[in-house]
Parts: sequence; C-alpha cells; structure tokens
Amino acid sequence: MANQLALIQNETLKVWKKKRFAVVVLILLVLVPVFVYAQMKIAQNNQDKFVDWRAELRQRIIDNTNALSSDRVPEEWKKWRVALVQQLQYDLDHDVNPNTPNAVTFTNSFLRNAVGMFIPLMVLAIASDLVSSERSTGTIKMLLTRPVRRWRILLSKLITLTLYVSLIIVATAAVSYLVSGLVFGYEGWREPVFVGFRLAGSDIDTADVHAITQGAFMLMLMGLVWFSAMVVAILAFMVSVLVRSTAASLVTMMAAVISGAILSNMASSWKSAKYLFNVNLDLTVYLQGSPPPIDGMTLGFSLAVLGVWAIAALVVSFAVFTKQDILN
Amino acid sequence: MKLVRDEVVLSVERVSKSIGRKPIIHDITFDVRAGEIFGFLGPNGSGKTTTIRMLVDLIKPSGGRITVCGEDVNRAPERALMHVGCIVENPEMYGYMTGWENLAHFARMQRDITDARIAEVVEIVGMDARIHDKVKTYSLGMRQRLGIAQALLGAPKLLILDEPTNGLDPKGIKELRTFIRELADSGMSVFVSSHLLSEIQLMCDRVAIISKGRVIAVGKVEELVSQAETYTLWQVDDPDRAIALFAQDAGVRIVGESEHRIDEALIASLPGAIVTAMDPSGASGWVERFVAAGIGVQAVHRAAPSLEELFLKLTEGEKVG
Repeated sequence: MANQLALIQNETLKVWKKKRFAVVVLILLVLVPVFVYAQMKIAQNNQDKFVDWRAELRQRIIDNTNALSSDRVPEEWKKWRVALVQQLQYDLDHDVNPNTPNAVTFTNSFLRNAVGMFIPLMVLAIASDLVSSERSTGTIKMLLTRPVRRWRILLSKLITLTLYVSLIIVATAAVSYLVSGLVFGYEGWREPVFVGFRLAGSDIDTADVHAITQGAFMLMLMGLVWFSAMVVAILAFMVSVLVRSTAASLVTMMAAVISGAILSNMASSWKSAKYLFNVNLDLTVYLQGSPPPIDGMTLGFSLAVLGVWAIAALVVSFAVFTKQDILN
Repeated sequence: MKLVRDEVVLSVERVSKSIGRKPIIHDITFDVRAGEIFGFLGPNGSGKTTTIRMLVDLIKPSGGRITVCGEDVNRAPERALMHVGCIVENPEMYGYMTGWENLAHFARMQRDITDARIAEVVEIVGMDARIHDKVKTYSLGMRQRLGIAQALLGAPKLLILDEPTNGLDPKGIKELRTFIRELADSGMSVFVSSHLLSEIQLMCDRVAIISKGRVIAVGKVEELVSQAETYTLWQVDDPDRAIALFAQDAGVRIVGESEHRIDEALIASLPGAIVTAMDPSGASGWVERFVAAGIGVQAVHRAAPSLEELFLKLTEGEKVG
C-alpha cells in the first residue's frame, strides 16, 4: 500500500545508481564532437566553393522572383517559391550564410539523423533491463513479495522509463547545442525554416507550406523524436518482461530497430511492410517533404501504427507481469 | 503487540499447483501459529521452494487457499504480505547500492517505516559497521543478515526463511538459531525450511514434512522423530563376542551396513562400531553384561534416524493405514 510516488522514486534511483544515464551522456559527449568536426569540414568545403555567398543569395532571389511573374509556373509552385524567397531574403537581411551551420541548425539535423538508430540505442540501454535485470539478479523475489500490487510496480517502472526517455532526448539536444555552439556559435533560434510539405502521389503539395523559426522547428522535432523513442522504449519494456536475460532482450530489440532501417531502404514494393513498427520510426521525414519509405505513409499513419504497437506492447507487459509465476 | 498463542497466523488449505499439466504440489494443508518456529522439512526437489513461493505470492496456486492473518495472499497480496517478511532462497539485494539504500528502497514499499526503524533493524542484525558499503562487497553471511534486516523492517507477524543456514559457518548457524528463537519468544511466527532433520530438530517447535509434493506429516518434532527407530552404536574391544551375546536376545537386532542410513561422519568417528536397534533404556543393562563377560566397552552412542529413514517410516505407515 505504499504510495506510487515512492515506488517511482525507487525505480528512478535504481536506474540512476546503475549509472545508465551517465553512460548515455558520456556517449553523447564523445560522439557529438565527432559529428561537429565532420560538419565543420563540410562547412569549410562549402566556403571554398562559394566565395561570395551574398552575391549568390542575391542571384537566387532574383531568379525566383522572376519565376513568380512567369505564367508558365503552376500556382502551387509559386507558393513554394514565395516561401523560398522569404527564407533567402531573411538570410540576406540578417547576414546569415545559409551554408554555414549554427548550433540550432546543427542540433536539428543531428536530431533528424539520430531518430532512426542513435536515439533508439540510447533508449535501449535503459529500457532493456528494466525488468529483466530484476529477474536475472533474483531481486524480483524481494520486490514482488512486498505488500504492493504487481501492476503498481510495473507502472512505476513505466513512468520511470518515460522520465528517462524524455531526459535522453533533452540531453541529446542540449549536448549537441552546447558542443556545436563552441564551433558554430549559439545563434540561429529565429532563423526561418519551411514546413508543411505534403506528398500527394508523386507531386509535392506545397499548399500548406509556411515558415517557422528554427527554435519552434526544434521543439517539433523533439516531440516527434520523443514519440518514436517512447514506442521503442515500450516495446523493449515488453521484451524485458518476457525475456529473463538482459542480453537477449537487448539483442532482440536492436535487431528489430536495425532491420527497420534496412527494410526502409528496400521495402518500397512490399506495401504491407508499412504496418511494421520499425519502418515507421523516422517520423521527421514528414516535416520537410522527403519521400516516406513506403508509398501511402503519412505522419498520421505512422503515428497511428506506432501507437497501436505501443498499446499492444503495454497490454502484453501488464498481462504477463501481473499473472506470471516467478519460478526462478 | 503480543499475539495470543495458538492464534493461526498462516493457514494453508488444500493447496495444489500444476505447472503445465504436471502436478507439482498435491493438496497440502497446514497451519502456523503465533510465536512458534515451524519447520518445513523435505529433501531437495520435494516441492519446498514451490510451496514457499506460493506463500508469498510469487507463484499462484492452482487450487486451495493461503491466508496470512486472515487475508488471502493471492487475492489481496497488498494486505496479506504486510504481515510477512521473507527471504526466498538467497537474499538477493541490489549490489550497486549500499546496504542502507537497499533497506530504504524496501522501506518505501511499505507504509510508515521511518529511518529510525531502519537503524533499529540494522542494529538488531548487527550490521552497523558496514551498512553504508555497497552490497556487492558483502560476504554471503552479511547478505544473509541484510536480508533478515529487510524482512524485519515492517515488524512482520510471520517471518519466512528458506534454507536460512545455507552457506553459513557453524558459528553463524548457531547465532542464527539463537536469533530465531528470540524472535519467536517476542511473539513472531517463524517458518523455516530445511532439508536437514537435525537442523529442524534443533530449531523448531512443530514441523511439516513434505515429500514428492505431498505433506506426509505435521506435528511436534519429537513426536514425529520418535516414530522412527533410533540406533544404538557399540564400540567394544571384542566385537565378535559382543555380537554373539546380542544374538541371544530377541529384543536386539543387529543392523547391517546396507540397512541403515546413519550419518557418515558419525560412523567415521566410531570405526568398527556394531549398529543395533534396541530399546534405548536397555543400554545400561548391556554395559553391565559386557563388563561381566570381560568385554571392554569403549563407546555407546545413540543415533537419531536420518530424514530418509523418517520418510520411510512415515510413508510405510501411510501405506498400511
């Protein structure tokens, strides 16, 4: 009959004392500088190619404005060009070289690239042994013989997992912003970025395209990355309930996530693969009009598929955990 | 709060368990009363651990009912387990936390356990010196103490210990025995499982004996033990003549080496001893007869039956009845 907060405190403490989150932060601190260095090299390369970037920007603005007055350009394309001209004009006015990244654009592109593999792996480091470690060390016998109902213990673990997933995403964005800022500068929050592209068949529907700031874009990205990371976490949570060995549960989930990345590249003709959770993990593709892995996938579709998988995993986790006999 | 003696703290009624289609536990029934040390005796693989796990809701019984202080363990574990402290098999704790952190962790899972209470149980088990060290640095004996401290946190009415002497040295076993007796004297019921009859004899008031998933006897330890034959071992300087004398008496049976299952350590300490089954009260008469016959008596020893023999005796009775 202990209160739920105390149980959550227990679980949070255990993950913390196992130094799992410290490992995640350590990995970020080692890897992000590597990516920052790579990005710096790309920026330097661009600088060598385009010596006078202001002149180049002006030229692009003129080209696009001319195209707007032309009758041969379809109406919906004009909207997109208007948006583009707005962005270029902003860059020119604020003396921003679009080819040089800043900490905000670097963080956003890092988040987009991390959603498919990097973030899921970090999440697995915590989720995979949340329940299975209690079983492999035998502490589950102490945990489940206390006067607390089993579903409350599992719920406290689930809430703890949600806390740490959120923390991982915030930490990823924070480390990437702080480290890349050292090189690229901490500016860029108010720069515009264009969203609202929609794929209609083979055409891009630009009717809803509009500019938002990079800062708002980062929040949107973090929200989508959080959702996809939570689905991975909940599936790993279920595997951790079903499998006693932490290694087995980690490998199972890693295989699932990696095969999703492989399938995304080859499954465009296998239509029903779009109902698998692992090809839907990269939710950020929808924001800027990149084609989805399989035809007919939209943001709403992917959110729904992932949601169904997560709910099913939760049902299985709770049903098994509350009924199962602890035989060893 | 003292409990009234004879009040039933743990009641196991017609409990059975099948895993898959295989029945593991058959219809077992026994009660544990307030303030008694109750032994649960059976060889390895007899269903002891499965039964203990059912007592604390780790395994759900297929049939029957288990209640602690009147609360059903499987239907209302959050109320029933409030009165139970237990160590199932080894006292496994979180190695990456200190002893104190472990106790605080389990204290948070129950109501109204203060830091003062944690400090109190730490003192009871005598762990003050090492309580702030990481558990992974503890010896098995210390983990055992920490496990008992954890079990005592909620001032339970029933303490369940599964093979508590496993891995302890003789001194530790003796201390544990005294400790358990003190707990029982304060009104707590203690349920102790073991596969060693001698341990149960030294520690327990009453015992249930389990074999192949069935409880074959429940009762006072001495009463059960007295049902099986005891042996009298004779070490004399002229065994051949002694055997000849024994053979003349119908009340004495000489037991061959293959017939008895006396502890090997005892046999080794009395090399060449003649093993007899006789009325133990006649032993002093025999010493006089040997002395009169000029046979030197070096040692006379009464040996308790082994658990196996007790089993044979009890199951034999079952067949006849």
